[in-house]
Amino acid sequence: MVTSLKEQMVSKPPVYRNLAIAQLASYRLPAAGWVSILHRFSGALMFLLLPFAIWMFDTSLTSEVSFEQFTNVFAVGAGKVPAWFFKLVAFALIWAYLLHFCAGLRHLWMDATHAVDLEFGRMSAWVAIGLSTLLALALGAKLFSLY
Amino acid sequence: MATTFGSRRLVVGAHYGLRDWLSQRVTAIVMAIFTLAVIVQVLMPGPLDYYRWSAMFAHQWMKVLTFVTIVSLLWHVWVGMRDIWMDYVQPVGVRLALDVLTIAWLVGCAGWAIQVLWRL
Repeated sequence: MVTSLKEQMVSKPPVYRNLAIAQLASYRLPAAGWVSILHRFSGALMFLLLPFAIWMFDTSLTSEVSFEQFTNVFAVGAGKVPAWFFKLVAFALIWAYLLHFCAGLRHLWMDATHAVDLEFGRMSAWVAIGLSTLLALALGAKLFSLY
Repeated sequence: MATTFGSRRLVVGAHYGLRDWLSQRVTAIVMAIFTLAVIVQVLMPGPLDYYRWSAMFAHQWMKVLTFVTIVSLLWHVWVGMRDIWMDYVQPVGVRLALDVLTIAWLVGCAGWAIQVLWRL
């Protein structure tokens, strides 16, 4: 009995997973972990929104007429899509860009200075999140004409 | 060639990891410089209308910088998206399809952006 249990344990080692889906809500991810996953998420989001970004580049630059089209989309919308939706997408782009930018600078700083201790990791993670969010909110308020 | 790790084969690696790591950083620096160049010009006094905005991209140096940025973006996004597919998509066929679609998509987007840039 005892032997067979031992054999079982030997033949079936416990499987350790990183994190089960159900644990996601209660798992307290450290700040550096948040920067890491947000870095990836913002990158993927910008990849998906790339056509929108190039469309803005195209219409805003090509001619005065297309520039008018570009500003109109954010003023009155296009077709059935309201203007606030375009502003929201633009805001998502701005936020993703700033977060990706700050997280990237953090990486470059760590590479250049070999600053790899725990305290710097935590502190710089908060700076990256805080700075990018503040800037995004400031630019977002401007986008939604709050000032 | 002197080796200290055996006589049968030379264990040098293909340096894919280093190349991706380094290109990710170099392309990021190029895009950061472009970002600063745009921000500085946007913050110059005066209303930001079509004429000022298009004049910014009319300078040859800005065109070249934008072009290098577009190419950097293409490369940077490729390395990043490839990492994401490698992490989350296990079936080889699906991953290969996503890799191919990503490349096609990115090359298409880069072509569009470059076309916009050079017809100004």
